[in-house]
Amino acid sequence: MNLALSDEQVFLREAARGALSRFKTLEAAREALDGNADAMPDLWPTAKEAGWPGLLIDEDHGGAGLDAFDAMLVLSECGRVIAGIPLLGHLPATAILSDAPNSAGDLDDLATGERRAAYLPAQPPTELDERWTADPASGLARAALPVAQAGGEEGRISVTGSFAFVPDAPGADLLVGAALLDGKPVGIALAADAGGVSIEPVSRYDATRSLGHVKLDSASAVLLDAPEESLAAAWYLAQALVAAESLGSVETALDVSVAYAKERFTFGRAIGSYQAVKHSLTEVLRQLENGRSLLYYAGWARNGAPEEFPLAASAARSVGGRALDEAARTMISVHGGIGATWEHDAPLYFRRAQLSRRLLGGTGQATDRVAGELIAQASRG
Amino acid sequence: MDLDDTPEQAAYRAQVRSWLDEHKSEAPILQGPGAIQDEDEIIAARRVWQGKLAEGGLAGVTWPKEYGGQSLGPIEQVVCNQEIGRAGVPGILDAIGVGMLGPTIIAHGSEEQKSRYLAPLLHGDEVWCQLFSEPAAGSDLAAVQTRARQQDDGSWRLSGQKVWTTNAQFASYGLLLARTDADVPKHKGLTMFIVPIDADGVTVRGLRQISGEAEFNEVFFDDVSLEEGAVVGGVGNGWGTALTTLMFERVTIGLGSEGMGYNSNRFAGAIAADEHARLDPEIRHKLGEIASELLAVRFTGYRTLTALQKGQIPGPEAGLAKVTIVSGAIKAGDLIADVVGPDALSEDSQWAYMISFLPGLKSAGGTEEILRNTIGERVLGLPPEPRLDKGIPFSELRSKEGAPA
Repeated sequence: MNLALSDEQVFLREAARGALSRFKTLEAAREALDGNADAMPDLWPTAKEAGWPGLLIDEDHGGAGLDAFDAMLVLSECGRVIAGIPLLGHLPATAILSDAPNSAGDLDDLATGERRAAYLPAQPPTELDERWTADPASGLARAALPVAQAGGEEGRISVTGSFAFVPDAPGADLLVGAALLDGKPVGIALAADAGGVSIEPVSRYDATRSLGHVKLDSASAVLLDAPEESLAAAWYLAQALVAAESLGSVETALDVSVAYAKERFTFGRAIGSYQAVKHSLTEVLRQLENGRSLLYYAGWARNGAPEEFPLAASAARSVGGRALDEAARTMISVHGGIGATWEHDAPLYFRRAQLSRRLLGGTGQATDRVAGELIAQASRG
Repeated sequence: MDLDDTPEQAAYRAQVRSWLDEHKSEAPILQGPGAIQDEDEIIAARRVWQGKLAEGGLAGVTWPKEYGGQSLGPIEQVVCNQEIGRAGVPGILDAIGVGMLGPTIIAHGSEEQKSRYLAPLLHGDEVWCQLFSEPAAGSDLAAVQTRARQQDDGSWRLSGQKVWTTNAQFASYGLLLARTDADVPKHKGLTMFIVPIDADGVTVRGLRQISGEAEFNEVFFDDVSLEEGAVVGGVGNGWGTALTTLMFERVTIGLGSEGMGYNSNRFAGAIAADEHARLDPEIRHKLGEIASELLAVRFTGYRTLTALQKGQIPGPEAGLAKVTIVSGAIKAGDLIADVVGPDALSEDSQWAYMISFLPGLKSAGGTEEILRNTIGERVLGLPPEPRLDKGIPFSELRSKEGAPA
């Protein structure tokens, strides 16, 4: 039994914390919300220097050959300071390409970060919706996955359709995901500047989160020879990464709230001595610890029990999303009025929480997936 | 990162498993065909079985060898529990005695007490019960009012009432926390005693709960005489002795079976059995929320084990797991009753029993509020609530509360 960080993992985490501490990410997030588009620091060079773009790419292609759990550690550190680094888009894309022998040539540049990829999120079927689906531009109904047609050059297909709210799509060099070919999901990779590809940058509520609506109009894509399981695994990897990032934000929200509860006095006592305040902070801790345990579950399952990875990653996403909402709201209420003002950092965490919970299927889809996986397990007996 | 045994653990597991393979046919059958029905016969059979487990080294795993144990660590205890569960045989009958009270006597008892009591306790010949909580002393345990007064000949006279006493109806002895000096602050005037349950003046009465069953007892003491040698750990040192027991209680609970049967698979099974419920988005959403947290508890348990294996003290996640389990199971019971309807509440339903049991469990082993106070203070470092009982003699405190000491 060993569910503890290795020395290398502790080092990876500490190095990430150190590298990110050189930037005023929170100030930048606030300025960007005020309309200063140039306020956000470009953290990609830092990511490149640290080797994060190649975390999941094997060493033969210049990557670090590490695992999902290591990537989660880095994402947690990004979440702690709400750093806008395009890893959420890049890492699942590299995971698909690593499973596609015919795209191995792309990996070297992606490992160093010379080129950047973005994952086109495709949700695997559920008991309630038996299609592969994409996130819709609005509303509750899931969108159909873009459709591919054979034709053109050998090994290439032509794809038409759209993906809404794709993390880190603006500025990416390569788009990697799934489309339907003859009704079956297949892996696709497209150059962002190819004909028929349009990426509309969109910003919603949280200026640190780069998103894009991707439209494909008979766009020429490489037909990846990645197996269907790999396309599904990328979705769950993205779920686990959002979970890790959210729980990193929870850590900071809790630390800041606890510090304030110790130093702010009312009626002659620190407010943290009141049960009402103390218990709401322990509730955040409870959800954080549950989330951390599920990150271990997801990290272990990805290789140790791949058939449980959908359950583990979805559970982490579900708990992580709720934990961040709770943590951000508690942060605001513990701080009293000041917590709800522009001067304070709490609104930045609140904004992060509200948007993150609605991306990549939202926590709702992840929660439904947990139920679906367990019901399926029960039915198998 | 792995969930595998170390080579030493694997060897120990193989040893336990082979003992169980050899002896499990001797275990009493408590469920299914051939199960023993009579309550007294069940207890008698489980006593004998505990004796066999002790002979085989499967009871008192963490006890020192000189007292009949194996001198092994918490990980081996967990492995042993897992293998007993896997073999489908009952565990030890007197888990409280072996897990908490025996270890307290080992830590604080006299040589005479150790040689008299430990072996029969370990073998199930004499079952023990824990006489700590009272109607007005639970979370605030140091407020116990059961009074022991020393006589001129050194013996003691004991009067008062205890409650929530598991196994008292068939116990031989109890470990009892009593007030021996009311004129000092409340933590200081306490003493721990060994009390024979068959002594004159001891009355055990079953305490029925919401389910109608009596899992606990009330125990009354009416001028019970105790010999001088009944004191454990010295007169006036009862609080320190009690803290030892409570520490072992936390360890026992922490190493217990996964979530007391309140796990995501069991609850999902109940939903999966209903063809409409399993496709209802709202039901699925509720199940998903509950199950995610219960899955987390499973891995929290593995984190706790990892810490123990490295010789570390488990973190706050261990204490918060109980809150998650109880609140998750309460929500699950509610959801399942919504799906199944009134049949979920019929007397022989497992769900009715669970639904009835959980409201009380919320307060067991310390209320949720006290647990959150402790974690808020010890883990988050938040300041404690101001206290009005510090440094005040217990008798004065009682008179402030408008009651005689």
